[in-house]
Parts: sequence; C-alpha cells; structure tokens
Amino acid sequence: MIHFENVGLRYGMGPEILRDMTFDIPKRSFQFLTGPSGAGKTTLLRLLFMSLKPTRGLIRMFGRDLSQIPRGELPMLRRRVGIVFQDFRLLDHLTTYENVALPLRVRGKDEGSYRNDVIELLKWVGLGERINVLPAVLSGGEKQRAAIARALMDRPEILLADEPTGNVDPPMAQRLLNLFLELNRLGTAVVIATHDLGLMDQVNARRMILTDGRLDIYE
Amino acid sequence: MNEITRLKKSDATPPRRTPMHVRPTGPILPPSNIQGNALMVVIAIMAFLACLTLGAVSMVRATATGWQSQISREITIQIKPSDELDMEESLLKAKNLALSFVGTREGMILDDRATARLLEPWLGPGLDLDELPVPRLVVVTIDERNPPDFEAMRDLLSKEIPQALLDDHRTWVDRLVSMASTTIWIGGGVLVLVFTAMVLTVIFATRGVISGNRHIVEVLHFVGAEGGFVAKEFQKHFLKISLKGSAAGGTIAAVLFLILGAWQANSRATPESDQATALFGTFSLGVAGYLGILATMVVIALLTTLTARLTVMRTIDEIDLVRSDPGRSDGLPAS
Repeated sequence: MIHFENVGLRYGMGPEILRDMTFDIPKRSFQFLTGPSGAGKTTLLRLLFMSLKPTRGLIRMFGRDLSQIPRGELPMLRRRVGIVFQDFRLLDHLTTYENVALPLRVRGKDEGSYRNDVIELLKWVGLGERINVLPAVLSGGEKQRAAIARALMDRPEILLADEPTGNVDPPMAQRLLNLFLELNRLGTAVVIATHDLGLMDQVNARRMILTDGRLDIYE
Repeated sequence: MNEITRLKKSDATPPRRTPMHVRPTGPILPPSNIQGNALMVVIAIMAFLACLTLGAVSMVRATATGWQSQISREITIQIKPSDELDMEESLLKAKNLALSFVGTREGMILDDRATARLLEPWLGPGLDLDELPVPRLVVVTIDERNPPDFEAMRDLLSKEIPQALLDDHRTWVDRLVSMASTTIWIGGGVLVLVFTAMVLTVIFATRGVISGNRHIVEVLHFVGAEGGFVAKEFQKHFLKISLKGSAAGGTIAAVLFLILGAWQANSRATPESDQATALFGTFSLGVAGYLGILATMVVIALLTTLTARLTVMRTIDEIDLVRSDPGRSDGLPAS
C-alpha cells in the first residue's frame, strides 16, 4: 500500500533527519514506529501523510508515485489516510459530533446522509454521551478518542497516530491500544508512533525503530 | 468488539441518561469572536469615513460647478459716459444689439438706483450719478449650452457704440473654473487617499483575522478539504462580517447627510445655516451621492471577501510549500 525507497529528508541546509528509508506498509498491517525523542518519528509520519516531500528517494502511495501527483489531487489521496495528531487538533468551537463529522462535511456530503454513522462511531469509541460537548470540556482521553473517530470517519485505508497515548493515564492508554487493535482487525492498517515501551510490549506487532535518522524494522 | 463494548459500557451508563439528539450543525468558522467583531468595527469605521469623504467631495463638486455656471450665465456690457453720448439711448441700443444675437435670453439695464447700490461699498450712500462720470451696465443672460458669438458681438458693439465694452466674465470664469477644478482635484485626492487607507486597512485586518484562524485552515486541509472548499467557507464568513460592517458605516454616513440636509432646510436664513451653506454648500447628496455610498459599501464587502479568498489560498499554498520545501518547516517539530 505504501512503499518508501531510499527516502531521505533534510530541513534546509541542515543534516539529513531521515536517511535511506526503505520499507513497505502492507494493507491491514499493524506496526509501531518508535525511537528516542528527536529521532524523526513525527517527520516520518508527515512524509506518510504527504504533508512533507522527501528531499530524495521514491514514495509510492496507493500505487502512485508521489512526485508525479499534481498538488490539486493531494486532498483526494489524503482522504484515504487518517491521522491523529499528538495535540488532537480539534476545533474548539465545534462540538464532538461536528469535529468528527468534519471530514464528511468538507467532502460536501449532506448531513442527513452521515448523521447516524457519526453517532454510531462516537458510541463505538465511547463518546456517545459527549456528542454535543465542546472540546474544552472533554478530558484528554476523550479528546484523543474524538480525534481518532475523526480520523476514522471516512473509513481510511491507513491510520497514522502520533503519540496517541502521550496524554492519557495507563488504563486509558490500554483502552486506546485495544481500540486500535480492533480497528486493525476490521481491516485498517495502523501506524502508531510512540516511545512508550510498555505499550509496545503488550502487542506482538511489527516495530519500526528510528535511530539517528535510520530505520530498523523488527517483524 | 470487546473493547468497544467495554468503552461503551463504562461511558454509557451515567446516572442520568440524556436523550441522543444533535444540536443544529454550526458553521465551520466561529460565527463571532473578538477578532471578527474588531474587524467589523474597523470596516464600519472605514466605510463611514469613505462615505463621508465621498459625500463631501460630491458636495464640493456641486458647489464649485454652481459658482461656475452662475457666473458664466451672464455677460455685461459697460458703457463709459461721454459728452456726445446719450447714455439712455446707448444703453437701450446696446441691449437690443446684444439680444439680436442667437444664444442670448434677456437683457436688463441697471438703472441709476441699482448702479448706485453697486457702487455704495466704495463711494458711500446717497450717490448722485449725474455728478460723476460713472459707467452704466447692461446685464445680458445667455444660454450656457449655446452661447452667442462674443467676438462678433464685441465687434458690432464697438462699431455701433464706441464707448461700449463687452465683458463676458471670461477672466472670472477662467479663475473660477481653475479654482473649482483645483477644489475637485483636491477632493478627489482626499477621496483616493481615504479609499486607499480603507482598502489597506480592510486587507490587513482581514489577513490578521485569517492568520488568527490559521489552525482552522490547517485542520480543514488535513482532513482532506480542497482549497476551493476552504476558501469558500472563509469567503462566506468574511462576506457576512464585511456586509454588516460596511452597511453600518455607510448607513450612518447617509443618515448624517440626511440629518444635516434637514437641519439646513429647516434653519434657512439663520446665521449658522448661512455660514454652513457658504462653507460647504448644501448638504444634499442627490441620488448619485447615495448610489456612491451604496457602491462604496459593495466595494468594501467585495474587497474583504476577495482578500479573504486570496489570503486563505495563500495560506494553503504556504502549507503546501512546506511540503515541497522541508527547509520551511514553519516551526513544526522535526522529531
């Protein structure tokens, strides 16, 4: 589904943050992306989300060479990828329901056509009773689940999550992990960027370890 | 879905269950916030100032044009006294000669009393014209749109009455035209300055508000919104703000002109009103003036909307530029 070949990236004239990245992310796969702080996890996630262009190498997303895709087509491709930001990026003036429905709304869909789906999804992630609540009154775990629901709303083929358990207590982290596993079982490929070893030890999944800009993969 | 079920169980059993209804979906951009309200006030103030200037310039223009036409509507024939001249006969002859030309309307011989009144500021009251060789005047009204041939009239008069001198007020008219043109140009300059200030203020204020909402642009962009969709949302939002602001500013300016016009009409022949009329002319804009105010409001609304669109598109371009040039990380963490 996603293929990186000799991908390198540097910011400006600085040193290469990522070097010689060659890997695949198959469909329905589950993997952790880990490494020490500053190793380039967020940068790699941004490459996967097409919000950064590599300075060298080849990236193929869903069978297409990213360097050949015109800018106008990127939104269509991004719709096939769900992303959960470390800082959630929920819009403060919109309710949980409205935040989660946002991806469908920007696609110009009629609200009547997705209202029940959004409510079902919110119930699914345990926010059925927080539908009309603004993000300001949601707890960290609830915000995280709202962000996950938003990322999943349009049934993406891959979900990227940046430190999804960074702002929650261990029991909530466990619950979120189980949620990701459940999603993966339903067919969504999942990439979780984390440096929480405890979390990774709970699942026997592929580990992509970034160290000094280089990637080692342990199947 | 064991975990989901458990999540649902743990979260879905509060002591008091609320009914499952969704509030009406709100706009993607917050309908009002401090920045939006401040922008509306800025737009209202600039619209008010622009409309006020437009009205003032239109008044000055009307007044200057009025002066010009009043002076150029008349010509004067001056007849100098001479021993062998029968003044009354010459005055009548000059009047008839002038009226024989196409483009003249009526002629009036200034009688002794009118002439004495005319000279009163210099020679004092009680002037006896028989004691002084005072020139006499014939005032001829002309058709401004089809004026007579002044040169031919001048030639004929000097041939028939050598003491007659035709004054077509050209010097005065030229000076007034020049003064009126200067006034109109100054007014136009002030209008251009105010409009430029308004345009720049509106553009910068709009950009400032969008910069404060950049996170919304980014979120929309990252959930897969196309540039056109994001721009449309911002356009709608800013069109509402600018319409409210410019309508408020323009309406206040129009009402102010109406009030001043009504005050002037109701206080005619008072020193205050006469002074205001002498200084500013009549506070009456006419249909064109009010249409100008309406056009100003529309221009401000369109300008704000266009600025919003361009700024949003540029913000999206910047986000994409970061993509194409990782050197421009925009402060995002590289971890």
